[in-house]
Amino acid sequence: MLEKAIQGSSRYWVWILFLLSLIGAGVIAYIYQFQNGLGVTGMSRDVSWGLYIGQFTFLVGVAASGVMVVLPYYLHHYKKFARLTILGEFLAIAAVVMCMLFIFVDMGQPLRVLNVLLHPTPNSVMFYDMCVLAGYLILNLIVGWTVLGAERKDVPPPKWVKPVIYLSIAWAPSIHTVTAFLYAGLPGRHFWLSAIMAARFLASAFAGGPALLILLCLIVRKYTKFDPGKEAIQAIGKIVTYCMLINVFFLGLEFFTAFYSGIPGHKHSFIYLYTGLHGHSQLVPVMWISSILAAVAIVLLIFPQLRKNEGILAVACASTFLSLWIDKGFGLVIGGFIPNPMERITEYWPTFPETVISIAVWAVGFLVLTILYKIAVSIKEEVVYDKYGEKQIQS
Amino acid sequence: MDRREFIKIAGISSIFGLGGLTAFGTLKGKLEASQTGPSQNPQALKAKRWAMVIDTTKFKTAEDFQRCIDACHKAHNVPHITDNIKHEVKWMWTDTYEHVFPGVEDEYLAEKVKELPMIVLCNHCDNPACVRVCPTKATFKRKSDGIVMMDMHRCIGCRFCMAACPYGARSFNYKDPRPYIKEEDINHEFPTRMKGVVEKCTFCYERLVKGLMPACVEASNGALIFGDLEDPNSEVRKILSERHSFRRRPELGTRPSVYYLF
Repeated sequence: MLEKAIQGSSRYWVWILFLLSLIGAGVIAYIYQFQNGLGVTGMSRDVSWGLYIGQFTFLVGVAASGVMVVLPYYLHHYKKFARLTILGEFLAIAAVVMCMLFIFVDMGQPLRVLNVLLHPTPNSVMFYDMCVLAGYLILNLIVGWTVLGAERKDVPPPKWVKPVIYLSIAWAPSIHTVTAFLYAGLPGRHFWLSAIMAARFLASAFAGGPALLILLCLIVRKYTKFDPGKEAIQAIGKIVTYCMLINVFFLGLEFFTAFYSGIPGHKHSFIYLYTGLHGHSQLVPVMWISSILAAVAIVLLIFPQLRKNEGILAVACASTFLSLWIDKGFGLVIGGFIPNPMERITEYWPTFPETVISIAVWAVGFLVLTILYKIAVSIKEEVVYDKYGEKQIQS
Repeated sequence: MDRREFIKIAGISSIFGLGGLTAFGTLKGKLEASQTGPSQNPQALKAKRWAMVIDTTKFKTAEDFQRCIDACHKAHNVPHITDNIKHEVKWMWTDTYEHVFPGVEDEYLAEKVKELPMIVLCNHCDNPACVRVCPTKATFKRKSDGIVMMDMHRCIGCRFCMAACPYGARSFNYKDPRPYIKEEDINHEFPTRMKGVVEKCTFCYERLVKGLMPACVEASNGALIFGDLEDPNSEVRKILSERHSFRRRPELGTRPSVYYLF
């Protein structure tokens, strides 16, 4: 099936070259970081994780969210998602690849990465995170490739793949739960030390990931003949709506606990993020942009009349995605480090090399995604009718 | 080469391979033992759980603090990074009372108490969060004496331990630390570090094994008291049973081994 990836229009190749150039810039920036150490980033003794780990955290959510189309289709036989599952699974693969790269570029001694395997440490959440991420990548590769291959040959998928699919459905929430446990089990980091962290992670993941999937569906429909289906897109829109509301509700719970209890340690990070603390307020504008985007998204999503208009839905999804990208991919991680355990404040902002490397990792993700989607879409275009006899090609 | 010959060669090489592995395994065991196991030196200082008591009343001048810090940093080739404070590496340093004991300040506390400097270092917790989270066992609690150790050759630089430590005791080498150590100050008996690894105080395990007290304790003129927490007759236990002491953030359940006297 891979041959589909090397037959494309000139627009396809321009896009690939564009991504490759971003990756090239990132490689140069990474060599610079590799030679000079992580001091070339904005991270410090006090804020010891930054954009890289934030993006990793956010993207684990995107990876997990593939389950939001896989589950309704395979467990509830929701036929409208038949054409979409492959897009969800392939998005998950691209996201996991980005997660792994973000972890790698964050390491102080990347050449020692195999130490995690050579000295497996079951009491470390990071060990489990590595296991579940690798497992999820393999599961999605197997499922996506097999089901797509069967569709191409116009035969039903082999029976053995069913249990693998069920396993992948159970696996998806686990990857994000484990990622939340990286944060939620640390004594002395009040901002993260919250029992609701994993639930919050899942809610924001199941809003942000499907929001991205909707945007991808709209792009695929615009530039290819493959039609993921209007109803399917609307159904994902509903998922985004509910999950975004749950996410904001969960955030509200955090605010309530911090401010009604009045415990200073619990309040500090929130105050720092949303109003600034002791004259330090670098992240305040960013967090307010995130909040405003969340409000815009909810208003546009909550009214079915608005949501039904695909243009408005696209704006709502872009707002949802950006809002959560800021909130989880940046604020959540940085906020946990400010103030530091001695209640002193060191602020953080990513540097130029750090930004170039992060963009390059995203470019790798989009390259993987483009190639996988190209293959999937080419096959869909050949097959014309989906499993249920409905035309999946635009006339 | 025919099949028989191939099998012969394959067989022989696999035996050598296995032998090599076993030899490596034994060697590895010895190497680890020399780093972490009980020392062979009869003069070595031993304890079941090393602990430090900081008598804050005995620190009177800035010089009293600096003497301890310098002794530590010199003994361990800790780089002196001043061009970017964000990349600072410190094993022992000072902060003021309200920052060392956050949450216990009150608004009417005398300004001079709030601003009272105190010495801070790794607490060598009995239940260390940093050890719990390390994905490679690069930081580990030594079974024999409770010291929270750092294997800087194994550390992958993920900095999970820095997020986990509730005392801010850990430093990461954001850049090559060697240019920040003065040539004449280098202690050739202790390794320097490379960039990309985490480091912290190790209670001078390398001095204890030689029968010496930690460098800071030696330099403190009696303001830092070091001993075995599990020996009821040790000096630290005597002091703790007589005077009122505090540990940093005891509510977190980390059970620090560093006590403060006021």
